Amino acid sequence: MAPVLTVENLNVTFALHGSEVRAVSDLNFSLAAGETLAVVGESGSGKSQAFLSIMGLLARNGRASGKALLGDVDLVGMPADRLDAYRGRDIAMIFQDPMTSLNPSLKVKTQLAEVLVRHQGMEKRQAQMQAIEMLERVGIPEPQKRANAYPHELSGGMRQRVMIAMALLCRPKILIADEPTTALDVTVQAQMLELFKNLTDDFGTALVLITHDLGVVAGIADNMMVMYGGRAVETGDTDTLFYDPRHPYTYGLLNSTPHVERKTHRLNPIEGLPPSLEHLPKGCAFHPRCAFHFADCLERRPPLVEEEGGRRRACFFHGPLHLSEHVA
Amino acid sequence: MSATEELLRVDGLKKTFSIGVGLFSRPLVLTALEDISFSVRRGETLGIVGESGCGKSTLGRCILQLLAPDEGRVLWLGQDLTQLDTEEMRKRRRDLQVIFQDPLASLNPRMTVGDIIADPLRTLMPELTRQQRRERVIRIMEAVGLLPEMINRYPHEFSGGQAQRIGIARALVTEPKLIVCDEPVSALDVSIQAQILNLLTDLKDEFGLTLIFISHNLSVVRHVSDRIMVLYLGRIVEMASGDAIYGDARHPYTKALLTAVPIADPQLARQRQVDALKGEIPSPINPPSGCTFRTRCRYARAICAELRPPLETLAGERLVACHRWREIEELGEAAANS
Repeated sequence: MAPVLTVENLNVTFALHGSEVRAVSDLNFSLAAGETLAVVGESGSGKSQAFLSIMGLLARNGRASGKALLGDVDLVGMPADRLDAYRGRDIAMIFQDPMTSLNPSLKVKTQLAEVLVRHQGMEKRQAQMQAIEMLERVGIPEPQKRANAYPHELSGGMRQRVMIAMALLCRPKILIADEPTTALDVTVQAQMLELFKNLTDDFGTALVLITHDLGVVAGIADNMMVMYGGRAVETGDTDTLFYDPRHPYTYGLLNSTPHVERKTHRLNPIEGLPPSLEHLPKGCAFHPRCAFHFADCLERRPPLVEEEGGRRRACFFHGPLHLSEHVA
Repeated sequence: MSATEELLRVDGLKKTFSIGVGLFSRPLVLTALEDISFSVRRGETLGIVGESGCGKSTLGRCILQLLAPDEGRVLWLGQDLTQLDTEEMRKRRRDLQVIFQDPLASLNPRMTVGDIIADPLRTLMPELTRQQRRERVIRIMEAVGLLPEMINRYPHEFSGGQAQRIGIARALVTEPKLIVCDEPVSALDVSIQAQILNLLTDLKDEFGLTLIFISHNLSVVRHVSDRIMVLYLGRIVEMASGDAIYGDARHPYTKALLTAVPIADPQLARQRQVDALKGEIPSPINPPSGCTFRTRCRYARAICAELRPPLETLAGERLVACHRWREIEELGEAAANS
């Protein structure tokens, strides 16, 4: 199947204190119709900035280069007025805190209807009807009543549902969700993940889930992209990366995660701190925290290379990853 | 000293907040905690879990007397802390310390790391000389993994994980017996979270600490806790050993909560049936009558709306507050329809 999104050599830089800071470097990936891709990384990994740049939402001092092909249309560097023809219609994005994404002074139905009026030239009354239908689809009880509410009158979970409804109104090909459940309680998070699963099945929407939570990834993603220091360090299907991680960072992240289903005696954290983008280590950005690094890793940057099983990996080390044997 | 010695006992604790005035000038009261009774033994880690508004942070603050409870007693080695005057309580604070969630926000940006860590010593142990204070600070910095040469730096120069180490050092410096950890790793990246959890485990052994570990993250709580208390809308719904809670929960809320926690294992995650709770947590200003969980409970019956379920003590020192837990144990799923 032809991919709905193809990203080629995406780079994002920010002008900071008179110098240029790289937030995303040489990102290449594609997204198939209906696929759920989890983008995993810690603060400063570039996972959010990569997708903000595709949506044309970088801060003023940010610049993107490379390509993000939506079909044959390149979104990178497209002026805002032209982007608006695609944003919201073909590709939509939702964020962690729905309150900051909703207009506090407009009723829910007004905000939702606006999307349809704008993108599909729909008449206002009809747009509001469709908005209410979509609210019902995303599991909002009494959608008629909630449609007349202002955002502050809704709970956090309801607001996130409203955002999802808004994002799905035009049946976009791609939905990008940046930490959509991080601010929610765990029982509400479970409802929301269930909703995402149903919606990607029903609408055939491709979902990009940006998250730091490996538990969320395991339950929902088909494929994963693990990012560190602005680069993809390992990509592949979810089972492969969870059960057979080959990049020491992926391995470390999985070993740092406490499990709910079994008692762990001691976690194996990754030593040290994630790097500051202003002072990225030379060579492989992960080498100062890596138990497996050798001289080469300090000098040269490992390229992202395709291996068997569709996995791509950026690491010079090819032996087995067993921490206890390597850490003195 | 016996390993099961009771360090802290909380007895019939209630805490309300008045939050302004409602219709017809009726005062609006939020009941944050009600009927909270439990004890903490020397050397154990008690985990307190629950979702927003369950009262877990308020409980931590009431134990530390940072908030005054409306009713009930907080007994520290038999002495009721709620009855102490400020000066007497100040002396006790040496023994009871706290670590907060947001490490940077809880550190004074204008004080050096050394001064921040030494601060509790100045107020709580004024008998120490300057030299003794400095020695203690350096010893504690080393214990939490901070380099002693960082002593003159300021908080903004540190990452979140290191700032949390400073927070831990400040809590440890008076050599307390009990530390209340309120979401201590929630703001940290996964790899750093694991470092801090391991550090807390090591320090607990090294300093013979007792911990109350408050968190919304059930995976983290399972990892650190010996016993676990589950709160819902200000009340204890279940309390038991970690293994009993995670392997054999009795309360429908505990069970639902556990199936909602994401499992970091794709095959298990696919097999699992999520018991998706209906709706969201009701407002604590106007909580449901009887059992506060009944509005989201599949097993709720008429009695659950009429009568608040008492907190029953079961074998193996378990506590559970549910009218129907026995029926549910016997009938399983059928109890939802019976």
